[in-house]
Amino acid sequence: MTPDETQPQSPATPASTPTEAATEAAALHEARVRSRRAFIGLGLAGLAGIGGWRWLLGRPAVEGIPGPLRKVLDFNAGLTNDYYKTTRLAPEFSKSLARPPRSNGDVGIDDEDFDPAAWRLTVQGYGPAARKQEFTLAQIKALPRTEITTELKCIEGWSVVVNWAGVRFADFLKQYPLATRSGQPIANPDQPPADAARYVGMMTPDEKYYVGLELESALHPQTLLCYEMNGQPLTQEHGAPLRLVTPLKYGIKHIKRIGTIAFADVRPKDYWAELGYDWHAGH
Amino acid sequence: MKVVVEKHPLAIRWFHWINFPVLSLMIWSGLWIYWANDVYRLGWGQTTLLKFFPDSFYKAFHVDHKLAQGMSWHFVLMWVFFLNGLAYVLYTAFSGEWRYLLPTRHSFREAIEVTLHDLGLRKKPLPVRKFNGAQQIAYTSVVLMGLGSLLTGLAIYKPVQFGWLTQLLGGYETARVLHFALTIGYVLFFIVHIAQVVRAGWNNFRAMVAGFEIQEVSPATGQVLAGPPTLPAADASLSPAKLT
Repeated sequence: MTPDETQPQSPATPASTPTEAATEAAALHEARVRSRRAFIGLGLAGLAGIGGWRWLLGRPAVEGIPGPLRKVLDFNAGLTNDYYKTTRLAPEFSKSLARPPRSNGDVGIDDEDFDPAAWRLTVQGYGPAARKQEFTLAQIKALPRTEITTELKCIEGWSVVVNWAGVRFADFLKQYPLATRSGQPIANPDQPPADAARYVGMMTPDEKYYVGLELESALHPQTLLCYEMNGQPLTQEHGAPLRLVTPLKYGIKHIKRIGTIAFADVRPKDYWAELGYDWHAGH
Repeated sequence: MKVVVEKHPLAIRWFHWINFPVLSLMIWSGLWIYWANDVYRLGWGQTTLLKFFPDSFYKAFHVDHKLAQGMSWHFVLMWVFFLNGLAYVLYTAFSGEWRYLLPTRHSFREAIEVTLHDLGLRKKPLPVRKFNGAQQIAYTSVVLMGLGSLLTGLAIYKPVQFGWLTQLLGGYETARVLHFALTIGYVLFFIVHIAQVVRAGWNNFRAMVAGFEIQEVSPATGQVLAGPPTLPAADASLSPAKLT
C-alpha cells in the first residue's frame, strides 16, 4: 500500500559527468547527515517520553494515583461542572424496562447484627450551631414521594435500568433546612443561598463506606434518599432501609444503608476516590 | 543519478510519532478499563468464536484489577490524543497536505487494484504518487475513526452531560460497543500498516523519520525514474511532467 513497492524497478542511471557525480555525492552526504540527525532526534524524543512517563509514575500519589493524574481528573470534572446544569436530567425509561441490578460490594453493610428497626438517619446540620437531628424511616416516607426509572451505571462498565422511589434530597432539605449556616431553607435548588454548605458527606452506620457529593449534585432533582427499588422495599443487599440514588454519578456514589449525613466546606472523604478513582465519578 | 526529495513535512512526522505511543497507551489503559466488564465476543447464540479476551491473554499481559489506574491514564491521555489529532487535521487542512490524503472519486477503484496487486493477483504496475487510493482511504478512515473514538468516548464518559450525543450514538451500551469496535479497528490498521511499511522498505520508512526520500532521476532531463514525485498526480497544473 505504500508507494515504493509500486515503483517499476528502473535501472540506476549512474552520474556520467564529474559534475553530476559531485552533485550526487553531495546529495547522498546530505541524506546521511539528515538521516542521522533525525534518528538521533527521534531516539532522544523517545527517551524524553519514557523519562516523562517514569517521572509521572514516580510523583507522590494522591489517593492511589500519581498527583498530576489526579489534577487532570479534577480539571476534567471542573470542566463538566462548569457545563453542568441541574435542569439536565438523566434519561428516564419506561418502568417496564426496569430489571433487578447486580448486587456489587457489601462494604459497610456486612454487619450481621444490624437491626433495621433500631436504625435512625442522623443528620449533622451545617454551621457552628451544630444542630443534629435524627430521623426514622417513617418520617422520611412522610415527605413527598418521587419515583424515577433511570439507568444505573457501574464504573465497571455495565448498566441496568432500575425503578427507584424515595424522597428528593432537595425536598428533604426544604422540610429540614440543615444545609445552610443560618438555617434558612434552600428555596431554589438551582441557586442555593450563599451560606449553604459546598459539600455533602454520607456514611454507613459502621463508617466503613462513605461518599462525598457537591451540593449541586445532592440537590439535583433526580437525587433521592431511596427506600424502594422496582416497586419493593429495599432489600438488605441493596441498601435497606435507606440508600442514595444519584443517576448523574456512577453506582459507587449510590451509598447503601445511609447512617449519617453531614455538610462540609471541603471535599468529604470518599471510599473509592481513596482507592484511585475520580472523586466526582459523575457523568 | 540520486537526489534527495522532500516527502513528509516535519509537523506531520511529529504528529505521527506522538500519536503512536499515545494511541498505544490509550488502547492499553482502555484494556484495563474493559477488563472490569469484559462482555464482548464474536459469535451467535451459545457459540462463541472469539471471546474478548481469553483468560490467557489477561494472564500474559497482567491486565486484571487495574480499573482505577486505567481510568486515570485514559482520561489524562485523551487530551493528548485529542489535541495532537486536532493539530494534525488543522495542519493538513491549512498546509494543503489534505490534497494527498483525501480520497478522490478514483480512489475506490484504485484501492481494489492496489489490494489485488498486494495480494499478488494483479501484475500491472500501480500509479506512482505520494499516496495511492488504498492509502488515501486508509489514512482518511483512521482519522475519522479517531473522531469516532473521541465522540463515543465522550458519550460513555459523560452520558448525562452529553446526553444528546449518547442518544445520537444509540445509547450508553451501543456507544460502548462502538468505542470498543473502533479500538479493534486500530489494532487491525496497525497490523496492515506495519506489514506494508516492512514491504515498502527503508527509503519509505526513513521518510517518516527524516522527511525525505532518495529518488533516481535522469541526469539529462531531471525526470523521476524511481521514487514518487513530490506533487500529486491528481493536480495536473502542478505535476512534475509539466515542469520538464
